Amino acid sequence: MSALAVRGLRKSYGTAEVVGGVDLEVAPGECFGLLGPNGAGKTTTLKLCLGLIEPDAGAIELLGEPVPRRAREARRRVGVVPQFDNLDPDFSVEENLIVYGRYFGIAPQDIAGRIPQLLDFAGLVGREDAKIMTLSGGMKRRLTLARALVNDPQLVFMDEPTTGLDPQARHLIWERLRRLTQEGKTLVLTTHFMEEAERLCHRLAIMDRGRVIAEGSPRALIAEHIEPQVLEVHGPGYESWMERAHTLAPRVERVGDTVYCYGEDIEPALKTVSGELSYLHRAASLEDVFLKLTGRDLRD
Amino acid sequence: MRWFSVWRRNFLVWRKLIAAAVLSNLADPLIMLFGLGYGLGALLPSVEGMSYIAFFAAGQLCTATMFTASFESMFSGFARMQGQKTWDAILYAPLTIDDIVAGEIVWAASKAWLTGSTILGVAAVFGLATSPWVLLALPAAFLVGLAFSGLGLVMCVLARGWDFFSYYMTLVMTPMMMISGVFFPADQLPAPLVAIAKALPLYHGVQIVRPLIAGAPPADLWLHVAVLLAYAAAGYAAAIHFARRRFAS
Repeated sequence: MSALAVRGLRKSYGTAEVVGGVDLEVAPGECFGLLGPNGAGKTTTLKLCLGLIEPDAGAIELLGEPVPRRAREARRRVGVVPQFDNLDPDFSVEENLIVYGRYFGIAPQDIAGRIPQLLDFAGLVGREDAKIMTLSGGMKRRLTLARALVNDPQLVFMDEPTTGLDPQARHLIWERLRRLTQEGKTLVLTTHFMEEAERLCHRLAIMDRGRVIAEGSPRALIAEHIEPQVLEVHGPGYESWMERAHTLAPRVERVGDTVYCYGEDIEPALKTVSGELSYLHRAASLEDVFLKLTGRDLRD
Repeated sequence: MRWFSVWRRNFLVWRKLIAAAVLSNLADPLIMLFGLGYGLGALLPSVEGMSYIAFFAAGQLCTATMFTASFESMFSGFARMQGQKTWDAILYAPLTIDDIVAGEIVWAASKAWLTGSTILGVAAVFGLATSPWVLLALPAAFLVGLAFSGLGLVMCVLARGWDFFSYYMTLVMTPMMMISGVFFPADQLPAPLVAIAKALPLYHGVQIVRPLIAGAPPADLWLHVAVLLAYAAAGYAAAIHFARRRFAS
């Protein structure tokens, strides 16, 4: 049985179709990523899966419960890390966990036993009594993650878990998320950090304009959509160099003042980069797949 | 009883900030009660057979209860819903928006009840209410609190910003206070205003509490209770309707 199964999910606001026929299948214990540019429908899809908004069409099964009909029962076994922290500013770190546990009907004495473990997970041992406003962005994020675990959920939804964090804080969150996966929890996260998706997710779906346009493991997606080598060239004279590159690399494109060459073997093109031109030779990444599939236009 | 965890959350915050909360909810109405009560009372020998301060105590009890219920459900409710996103966080748990609305309304009514019952206690200590009948003013204060919490929460879930509440306060609450028999007997007003007052909840709260303070059972008690209950029920239903609509988008 899947941890989450979504079929033909649709949701419109007025005439704008935000989710336009999404199918998803997440296996238990899997870390599943939902990628997409701003406005792709990721957050709306998460809210639909939680039963917070009613779909116009489609079927959702979350941990075996039909949603939205039995969303409340499903949410007993689910944790949520929202895009924007909504910790309770009127309470301390520890009180946030106790009060949140009460919403799940957990008695304070039962939570009390779990608090040291949750604080340790959040890296907030010794900060039990700290006020929320005194915490750094990374600490708040970790506390939000710990809060999502008060009910010992089987599945955790995370909406952009590391947006706005510095690299140190982000790596710490990644480490914690891997730990959760090792414990057997199912994770469903949205992100637009390709590096994050590549490192954490077993499988992912790329969404654009309310639809899933590609799905698979990060490696499989790269292998399927992009040549393995990438050469980026920019600097004075890049336009004339680009003329030559067309004969040396299988696929060449220009974005602004940068020339991108893609291919199995990029050496011939690389050898001709000279003079004041700057270059970057690298392996193809998920970001290349993402940009190829969703385009390079700005989404606001 | 799922709503109770929402009530409890607000109670725990209130307990942490108890000094400021009690001061703002009680000091103001009591200063006004004694200031106006003794000041004006010196000029007015008696109103409806009571000392002016005892007469005003009933009105002030209901008005202060109305204000506490309204401020808590509108301003504090809006801060939790919009500013802190506390409601969003609660909705990830196995609670629904209906549970939150119920918890918020009962909480605001509870806080309002505390204001009303403390004013009653002070009035009793100062000898303004001596009959055992005044004990019935305790449930009456809760009912007044429920009626205004429901209406306040409707305003809260309809509001797009803080200034929205000024309309309700200036156009509804302040005129209501003036025509509902708080400061002077309502029937001194022109008949159309009396008719309007009788359609509003504050008037009925005052009509219950004033006789109780004077030491007699209120006339038409069940009519007044029914009007307050109707406002509470309608406010609850409307708050749920508009809250669902707000959180569905």
